[in-house]
Amino acid sequence: MIEVRFHGRGGQGAVTSAELTALAAIAQGKYGQAFPSFGPERRGAPVMAFVRVGEEPIRSREKIYEPDVVVVLDPSLPEIVDVQSGLKENGTVVLNTRKSIDEVRREHGFNCRLAVVDAMSIAMDVLKVPITNTTMLGALIKASGILPLEALHELIKHRFGPLGDKNFEACRRAFEETVVEE
Amino acid sequence: MAKETGICSWKELALGTAILTPGNASELKTGDWRSMRPVVDYEKCVKCGRCYILCPDMVYSPRDDGYYELNYYYCKGCGICAHECPKGAIEMVEEER
Amino acid sequence: MARRVGMEVSIAAAETVALLDVDVVAAYPITPQTHIVEHLSELVADGQLDAEFVPVESEHSAMSVCVGAAAAGARTFTSTSSQGYALMVEICYIASSLRLPIVMALANRSMSAPISIWNDHADMMLARDTGWIQTVAENGQEVVDLIMHAYRVAEDHRVLLPVIVNLDGFILTHMIEPIQLPTKEEVQAYVPPYKPLLRLDPDNPVTIGPVGVPEVYTEAKKAQDEAIKNAKPVILEAWDEFEKIFGRKYKPIETYKAEDAEIILVTVGSISETAMRAVDRMRAHGKRVGLARIRLFRPFPVEEFVDAVRGAKLIGVVERALGFNGYTGPLCAELKSVLFDNGLNPYVWNFIAGLGGRDVTVEDFEEMAECLEVKANKNEPMGYEIVNARE
Repeated sequence: MIEVRFHGRGGQGAVTSAELTALAAIAQGKYGQAFPSFGPERRGAPVMAFVRVGEEPIRSREKIYEPDVVVVLDPSLPEIVDVQSGLKENGTVVLNTRKSIDEVRREHGFNCRLAVVDAMSIAMDVLKVPITNTTMLGALIKASGILPLEALHELIKHRFGPLGDKNFEACRRAFEETVVEE
Repeated sequence: MAKETGICSWKELALGTAILTPGNASELKTGDWRSMRPVVDYEKCVKCGRCYILCPDMVYSPRDDGYYELNYYYCKGCGICAHECPKGAIEMVEEER
Repeated sequence: MARRVGMEVSIAAAETVALLDVDVVAAYPITPQTHIVEHLSELVADGQLDAEFVPVESEHSAMSVCVGAAAAGARTFTSTSSQGYALMVEICYIASSLRLPIVMALANRSMSAPISIWNDHADMMLARDTGWIQTVAENGQEVVDLIMHAYRVAEDHRVLLPVIVNLDGFILTHMIEPIQLPTKEEVQAYVPPYKPLLRLDPDNPVTIGPVGVPEVYTEAKKAQDEAIKNAKPVILEAWDEFEKIFGRKYKPIETYKAEDAEIILVTVGSISETAMRAVDRMRAHGKRVGLARIRLFRPFPVEEFVDAVRGAKLIGVVERALGFNGYTGPLCAELKSVLFDNGLNPYVWNFIAGLGGRDVTVEDFEEMAECLEVKANKNEPMGYEIVNARE
């Protein structure tokens, strides 16, 4: 079972990212769970969303305290939230940032495997809006192998209707451009 | 020793204590609660219908000639009609039993 | 064939209600409501469900509409939570007394104050004495299955009582997970069309809800009490029938590794799944721990509970509600009385956990089992504690 925690800000679509990941896994015949950090929704506030994906039925109903992967949708979050909190020993933090792995490691003191992608530029380029949730899914897949990239294609098309192809394009570009530490 | 029990077996009650014979409240005789009975002086009556409107037990009903007649099966002798009659046409008289 | 879908549990609940072709849905659409009725309103607005959706001004009115609709012979559904349920309660007593087969999904949440929209079982306990049948789901699939079961039981002429399907607020209502969604044919094979035994009909007038004077009230309540007692065999029969059609088995008390267990933890709702993982871990360390999970809460399955825990020396009752009686939680008090009546005398400790959205983890269950052993070994007087309340 892989456990993923998304960090975003209310309105950035972290919950949608989590949902799409679980739905894609379920559509692949796997088992998946997605849930938000329970509570009122507040635009701009730091929020979390959670995903579990596995080959067996998932019986955990607790929150995710020790994720395998953390995905950070907003570059400003590591300054105010300990995004590495509870990360498993071999876990990965996937960051939306313009900076290099060395730079973010130095700035935020990460002591884990990192993956970085300039999702904001990709989103602005492809979608013309600063919303990085589908883009960061490409980065998650590259960094974790949680799903095949293609698993998201139909789902994203279905979810975003006329914007579906562009959203998947952003996702695919992020998959290609994400730099993952070995 | 005294003992209070129900008026019927719980097994005889309809589903949810529903009443299956509609309108059976009309069978309830309230006329024997009465100690005073209203008597109408049709000489004074102006057919205004207040007694008919205000009677809580629907004792009064209109006749073809416009006056109101009384059904003592329901009249419990409350005296509202006598109190409200603008012409003092209704008198409460002692019930003789 | 049922199709396997990834879906939010609330949406799956609504889809199931739609497959059941309900006639009337009445609900208060604002906090603490869930997506269950929101989605039903969409299905009605989109013409996918031919039902009357009544967005009333309060939960009191929601249940009043349900009572009126059910009395007129409609298949009726509503859903609420916590404070909303509290506002509904007055009419809930009337629904059960009038023997109206309304089905409610109760998305369990805590009672204010302090204001809380998060999960616990305070509302389930508030529903305890209202005369409704109550079942409890542990995951999304069970929500779907128990809603179908609820209608089959409620509308059975041997029962004719309203049913609450409990599902944990947020933990289940906001969870996306895989669900086998039945087809309309399967649903209809399992739940026949509703044929009211008695209904408001201008051509055949009856009085529903008359005064019950002291000369008849006791008999009315006796009849109602017999009705919920007699519902149990129908509830079990409906689960047997469910297994034949859908292949999934339900029991009034579900157990997990309880057969040879010395320690049994009693759980209610979605924490049971986490508790199973805790049991697996403790078993791996040689501890003989098992679970007894309350599936049917009303009427309470006394025999099945006694059978499930008969062999246990230690019982830890984990419940998500307080009784404020100064000696135990509401569920534990009831279970102790069942144990006493049946001549069982295990050591019982009551853990009040998961109040107002506080998570209950695998580690918590391990600690509870540990704590239970320590207390029993020290022969501490039986009692209760609020788990994880920070000093």
